[in-house]
Amino acid sequence: MKISNIFSRRSSWSLPYVVFLLLFVALPLILIMVYAFFDEGGNFTLSNLTRFFGDSDALSTFAVSIEIAIENTAICLLLGYPVAWILANKRYNRSAVTIIIFILPMWINALMRTLATADLFNMLGIPLGKGTLLFGMVYDYLPFMIYPIYNVLRRMDPSYAEAAQDLGAKPSGVFLNVTLPLSLPGITSGIMMVFMPTVSTFAISEFLTNNKIKLFGTIIQENINSSMWNYGAALSFIMLIIIGISTLLGGSGEEDAQVQGGLI
Amino acid sequence: MKKFFARAFLALILLLLYAPLIFIAISSFTESRVLGNWTGFSTKLYGNLFSGSMQGAAGSLMTAVYNTLIIALIAALVATLLGTLAAIGIFYSRGRAKNAVMFLNNIPMVNPDVITGVSLFLLFVFLGITQGYVSVILAHITFCTPYVVLNVLPKLHQMNSNTYEAALDLGATPGQALRKVMIPQLLPGMLTGFILSFTMSLDDFAVTFFTRGTIGLETLSTYIYTDARKGGLTPELRPLMTIIFIVVFALLVIINIRQERAAKKKALIK
Amino acid sequence: MSEDNTIISIEHISKKFGDKRVLDDISLSIKKGEFVTILGPSGCGKTTTLRIIAGFETPDEGNLYIGGNLMNNVQPHKRPVNTVFQRYALFPHLNVYDNIAFGLKLQGVAKDEIETRVMRVLKMVGMTDYEWRNVDSLSGGQQQRVAIARAIVNRPTVLLLDEPLSALDHKMRKDMQIELKQMHRTLGITFVYVTHDQEEALTLSDTVVVMNEGVIQQIGSPTDIYNEPVNCFVADFIGESNIFNATMIEDRKVEFMGIEFDCVDEGFGENVPVDVVVRPEDIYIMPRTDKGQFDGVVSSCIFKGVHYEMIVNTPDGYELMIQDYNPFEAGMEVSMIIKPNDIQVMRKERVCNSFEGVMAEADHVEILGCEFECKPQEGIAAGDKVRVEVDFDKVDLTDDKRDGVCDGDITFILYKADHYHLTVKAENGENIYVDTQDVWEDRDIVGINIRPEDMRITKIEEAGA
Repeated sequence: MKISNIFSRRSSWSLPYVVFLLLFVALPLILIMVYAFFDEGGNFTLSNLTRFFGDSDALSTFAVSIEIAIENTAICLLLGYPVAWILANKRYNRSAVTIIIFILPMWINALMRTLATADLFNMLGIPLGKGTLLFGMVYDYLPFMIYPIYNVLRRMDPSYAEAAQDLGAKPSGVFLNVTLPLSLPGITSGIMMVFMPTVSTFAISEFLTNNKIKLFGTIIQENINSSMWNYGAALSFIMLIIIGISTLLGGSGEEDAQVQGGLI
Repeated sequence: MKKFFARAFLALILLLLYAPLIFIAISSFTESRVLGNWTGFSTKLYGNLFSGSMQGAAGSLMTAVYNTLIIALIAALVATLLGTLAAIGIFYSRGRAKNAVMFLNNIPMVNPDVITGVSLFLLFVFLGITQGYVSVILAHITFCTPYVVLNVLPKLHQMNSNTYEAALDLGATPGQALRKVMIPQLLPGMLTGFILSFTMSLDDFAVTFFTRGTIGLETLSTYIYTDARKGGLTPELRPLMTIIFIVVFALLVIINIRQERAAKKKALIK
Repeated sequence: MSEDNTIISIEHISKKFGDKRVLDDISLSIKKGEFVTILGPSGCGKTTTLRIIAGFETPDEGNLYIGGNLMNNVQPHKRPVNTVFQRYALFPHLNVYDNIAFGLKLQGVAKDEIETRVMRVLKMVGMTDYEWRNVDSLSGGQQQRVAIARAIVNRPTVLLLDEPLSALDHKMRKDMQIELKQMHRTLGITFVYVTHDQEEALTLSDTVVVMNEGVIQQIGSPTDIYNEPVNCFVADFIGESNIFNATMIEDRKVEFMGIEFDCVDEGFGENVPVDVVVRPEDIYIMPRTDKGQFDGVVSSCIFKGVHYEMIVNTPDGYELMIQDYNPFEAGMEVSMIIKPNDIQVMRKERVCNSFEGVMAEADHVEILGCEFECKPQEGIAAGDKVRVEVDFDKVDLTDDKRDGVCDGDITFILYKADHYHLTVKAENGENIYVDTQDVWEDRDIVGINIRPEDMRITKIEEAGA
């Protein structure tokens, strides 16, 4: 078969991208596993993984990362849901542009924003620590929570809520029994977009706590940068496992929220 | 009353989100080297920035800006091309092949930057590719393309699939049908994908950090990182950030107002 | 090519999508200038046939010739045909003028000639002054006209139309039918038209091709198809009809509803099971008299604009549809006559279900993709290939598919005066035919049961064994 014939079938047009994905997405992930399960001499070993469970420094960092990520996600959800709900509610907001003002900070360099936040705290005389770290994290990730929830709420057919009212539900009942359950895909998507990145950030935590608190991402970065590739890969592998589990638990709501119109 | 509380809450959140940005913007109009000190109004920092002579701990700021723009432009262009072709391919394939490609396509979006960065770093080491411009651009294409695919796919769903066949029927070769009929209909999705890719590339720090190698390649993000670690931010970053902020803000608002108008116009016709 | 005026020749074409056979050995030849309609229910293969002619699908087997040239592997853009698509497929980013000029520009036709030709077809479809309009701002009917203009401006030898009027409302459809017919006359080119609307097919065409389940059922002029359907499917699909199980007693004598009728058909043999169709307007109805061939009672009478439509029940339990210009009110006792000329006798496609299967165990046989219990058969061992025959009325259907040994979809329902004849597609895609008094709906999913004593099993002797 001639090359031109292969490409006359439109289903084949993704072939270049498939090759690209295999090379730059699949192979790198396999390499993480290879490095995680082999030592520098190229022998199979579990020592990289067992080392993590004996490394009290890494373990405590891991615990702190999970804790901060849970707290950050919870705060973002508590602040972000009402924002999304108000913006999606026709009584309070009729323009589709308002949401842009809320997600705009996403487009400003995260490091720069973080540094500015840290400096703001310094100026106000607030000591850098866990509190400021959480504040900075919420500040960085809140838009990622607001946007998917907003998208789901705005696309929701108002007749569901009207039907519930018609059947005798009070406004609080409508919210708890209809709106909230129907917006779950947005919530899971928001949680996915906040939780994982929080666990794995590096740099941000250093700047916001004056190096007092390290997050898991920083440990990975330190190991890779000091040429401890196998251990760094093992830590990345643990991270991948967590991502896999949370993706399975959360479903792929992210795709849903993204497909509809993208971020602009 | 309800409306008042709703508005007040939104205003509070906005204040939270914008305080640091406004802080930077205000500080860009003073000469003080320490952020937060006000030593009187001045546009000297803007002058310094545009004279292009700025040297920080990480070398020339303008070179970093230039690198950032070039990388973002190339990565976004390639991602848009690759992603559009891929979206068409995915749209017309069925069953397992389609699911497999979509699964791979989702990985870079689900993966945190650190994992993408580390895995690509290992890849470049494994393949023996010298890390620098090329590796950073390849890495950026990796995390940008999925967003192009996801923005072009809905346009394919909206498109009347017979239009491509109609073009062939009217005498167009497959290539002509693609150029003259499909691409124009996919253009809005491609454009959104391009802008998304461009801004994500501009904003990226983690992936660039791992894949830029040791040849001293600096983008804006890595410049800021190095700069901040080696003591104090270059003051000229403040006007730069302010300008970027205003440009991005204006762009986004314009795009959205246009979209809203187009949607309203369409609603009127129907 | 045997004949000079044949423009399209389809020879033994078959096509599968996955496991599903959508076209099964189709042969058809279309003459130059003819208006041919391919008619059938959805999923019958009519659109696939059109897409094979246009070049959007390639046949698995068989050949397609256009103008005497083999076209199997010719790309769509190199074929001398143009298509009007079901949902128009106008290019949304181009205005009316550029849509119509699309093909001419690709051919490199000079600019001023493009303009004259575009203006001429716009006039022809009654859309002068619309050339700069955005296609999104046009109504359905206007979009349809632009789609037709875009196709005919290229002067194709054959124009393919894929249910072009299905998205229009009733009134608009009627008007467009007349316009299409006029256009066909003016242009003098061949039209191949696909539709599921039998009335449209009869109105427009020189020749109608009736298809069902990937097979051509009948090819003929509209009057032939209506007056002399070759089987129950065609009789039922075209117009209203009364269909009966009948026996051909001898030449010119047929028996149904327990009554012997004179007819005009010959050559079926003696005492052969056949199907008979009688059109509702061909049954003469009169107040009760002893001059009728049979009697009945009117159960309903509806005014249909020109005529009345009556449902009449006979004492033997048959239900007939009768159309007449005079009303006979419900409850009236009436008598009926059917004239020999109005009885259309059709060969039966099958007299019972017949499946090829395999003995799974001594008392189980595998047919239709499922294992049915059967009586142990002498001389037949497990693993032997067998033929299983089941009478139509010996198949039980259940509402809940879990209550059946096998499940299936009801794909076709034929009312035969005193019972329904159902076609049910079983799990393995084979059809099982069922006679029943129960009322089922098209597309119902049902369970299938057959009692062991109702299966006639015979061994298929393998060649060389």
